[in-house]
Amino acid sequence: MIAPGVALGYRRQATPLHAARASASGAYCLALAVAAVLVEHPLILVAVAVAVAGAGLRARSGSALRRGLRLALWFVLLAALLNPLLDHNGLTVIARLGHLGPFGALDVTLEAVVHGLVFGLRATVVILALSLASAAVDPDEVLTLLRRVSFRSALTASLATRMVPLLASDARRLSAALRCRPEQVAREWRRRKLAHDVAIVRAVTSTALDRALDVAAALELKGYALAGRCSGPGRRWSRHDLAHLAAAVSVLAVVILGRLGGIAHFSTYPRLEAAWGPGEVALALGVVLMAWTPLLGRRGLTR
Amino acid sequence: MSGLCFDDVSYRYPGAQEPALRGVSLAVAPGEFCVVAGASASGKSTLLRAACGLVPHFHGGEFAGRVTVGGLDTRSHGPERLGAVVGTLLQDPETQVVMGSVRAELAFPLQNRGQAPNAVARGVEEVALALGIGSLLDRRIDELSGGELQRVALGAALGGRPTVVVLDEPTSQLDPVAGDELLSLLRRLNEEWETTVLLIEHRLERCLAAADRVVAMGDGTVVFDGLPADFQSWAGRSAPALQTPAAALTEALGLRPPPTGVKQARALLRAHHLLDAAGPKPTPSLASPTAFGVRARVRARRRSPPSEVALKMRGLWYEIADGPAILRGLDLELAAGERVALLGRNGAGKSTLLRLARGLVEPTRGRVQAPGHVALLMQNPGDYFLHERVADEAPPGALARGGLDGLQDRHPRDLSGGQRQRLALAIVTGDPLSSPAATVVALDEPTRGMDRSDKGLLADHLRALAGAGCAVIVATHDPEFAAAFAARALIMAEGRLVADGPVRELLSGGWYFATETARVLGGAGGALTPEDGAQLLRAGRTVQAAS
Repeated sequence: MIAPGVALGYRRQATPLHAARASASGAYCLALAVAAVLVEHPLILVAVAVAVAGAGLRARSGSALRRGLRLALWFVLLAALLNPLLDHNGLTVIARLGHLGPFGALDVTLEAVVHGLVFGLRATVVILALSLASAAVDPDEVLTLLRRVSFRSALTASLATRMVPLLASDARRLSAALRCRPEQVAREWRRRKLAHDVAIVRAVTSTALDRALDVAAALELKGYALAGRCSGPGRRWSRHDLAHLAAAVSVLAVVILGRLGGIAHFSTYPRLEAAWGPGEVALALGVVLMAWTPLLGRRGLTR
Repeated sequence: MSGLCFDDVSYRYPGAQEPALRGVSLAVAPGEFCVVAGASASGKSTLLRAACGLVPHFHGGEFAGRVTVGGLDTRSHGPERLGAVVGTLLQDPETQVVMGSVRAELAFPLQNRGQAPNAVARGVEEVALALGIGSLLDRRIDELSGGELQRVALGAALGGRPTVVVLDEPTSQLDPVAGDELLSLLRRLNEEWETTVLLIEHRLERCLAAADRVVAMGDGTVVFDGLPADFQSWAGRSAPALQTPAAALTEALGLRPPPTGVKQARALLRAHHLLDAAGPKPTPSLASPTAFGVRARVRARRRSPPSEVALKMRGLWYEIADGPAILRGLDLELAAGERVALLGRNGAGKSTLLRLARGLVEPTRGRVQAPGHVALLMQNPGDYFLHERVADEAPPGALARGGLDGLQDRHPRDLSGGQRQRLALAIVTGDPLSSPAATVVALDEPTRGMDRSDKGLLADHLRALAGAGCAVIVATHDPEFAAAFAARALIMAEGRLVADGPVRELLSGGWYFATETARVLGGAGGALTPEDGAQLLRAGRTVQAAS
């Protein structure tokens, strides 16, 4: 998935994650996101969140994580508020809201509240891992990789990644142009905020086709349509490539083996059940340590 | 044999009433440097798009005739295949770069053509060295200035060492220094690699001296094809708007043959004893005392009577968070009715100054005072159009003042470059009868992509605005346009005003920030236009004869 922020958020930095090739750094971020999807136990989810936060700070991508967190908090809020209202499972009733028309009797259960919070936490960790990817994985390399797999998808992704910043800058210019009108006209536009936004969106979309054609022409001239002949950068595998790939495999392996081994059992319905033993603590520590190990490298940080 | 050959080529865009090209036949030999001239909408860009295969493969439409590039027929080879033999650089570098970093952008076409990783790496290094962009290789595309972006786009076009390069106004967004550097680079590639160059350019005075040949287009056909010197003679007779200022100067004096650059113009004037080794003959009637620098200007202003202030900036700083200072303690005062040209390199802070004047951004420190409305027209007039009809964009009075009567039912995007510029100006200034008139009109690079006649109309319009009491300030890279409309010039560098004076003084004394006439005459007498120069030299001859 190419997030809109990809084209805007990536900045090459002298950090181990940036020094790794896109396939390795992408696999690392993806492994953390998948780990969050696979586990339900709050302790392990917190461990993955700590791993992502540590990786983000080491990769000097704190601002990208903060942006991701702001977005994720909406999910947490929505999940925590809506799940208890929509999901009537669970045995421990903590509030009775009476009959609400078509919703029937609204009894808020502790299990539904916790389920919503855990879902929100999981969504938060996934969003943070993808935010980290948008800030630390080179989108140019991702497109090259993607192109080897699917030419059409890569073409669409290439156009999208270029169009996002182009249209964003068009929108900024159009908005500034509106403010350049005579004072009373500009004031009127500011007052009618919705009309202002609609006008900008309409103007941007009317120029989007021209912009897309220009970018497509540029892609054509650069031989993009010579499908299937693209060669990669041809670099040797560095210590950072290997370390991040190994960490990605290890994190996933330990989470999957833990699940298969019955460690970190957690269920919300019908009653909250969670295992809180040394196995869970060891798994949590293992996830964090394995995720942080490749970040300790201090040599060869630029490429 | 031919590097680039058009054989009776006609072309009509899909849905267009008139063909863009009509029976064009043209052969550009390998290693030739060919400049394509012509007014707006004369078919120049379509010619270039036919050379690289975008016409007809990408644009569709009706195509007749035959184009061959490096031996490849464009009918049977699409742009992706032709890209191996022809490198293309279009007007807007922003839409031509498709990758996120400079290194990836330069490698991209080579990778697409299936080159081995080592060959790609070598190609990137070589083109970066050739264009002097080695230090940019690991920079992000969105961190580059306009000039740097244009060089990177050129680098991507040259990566596979194409035998032909076609360029559509590559210097239109560059300051004079960067523009000259790009043209020198093209000349070097042409001489060292024998690359065939087809260059479209409006500012012919910049590139004619480097050209081997000039092709002029008019109404979709080739109306002139020959040597640069012959082109100047032809332009003098048939298309004066295409003639360079140096040629116009010598023609006004009745001298032949017309020169193609400053060096030839000076030699011609020397041969007729109008210019000696030290410069032109002194002419007391036109020569004015030179007063360069801000202090001199300030002294001069202190002596002059006070006039109504339209814009006042004091101690203005603009600093980007975690970034550089764009403006550094700038002081500026504009009087009502003043016509001011603002010049300086790319990144000197010109656009920021205009944005601060309008209030689009807040200064970090310092004050901006404007008693009335500051109308700002930014670089792209299309950004101001929100409706489907010209009449819906601006009030009738403003349209009439902009000379746009009769165009009310047209779509704004169907107007010519000059008309779009005047419509955008009408939008930002509004109707003086129904709203308070703008006291300052600021324009940022309004002449990009404009031909000379459109520039003339715009200069007339700006003079009329100033005549009505507006202070007009124009940020421009075009000294010829500055000379045509301004009375005062400002030069910015590193966020400061480094020179402020009458346009006759500032634009006649420099090299980069000077008109071609001023460069020919070495700045004598403050002559900036061919008419001024001819008057100066005639006066010099009369004085000499009388003495």
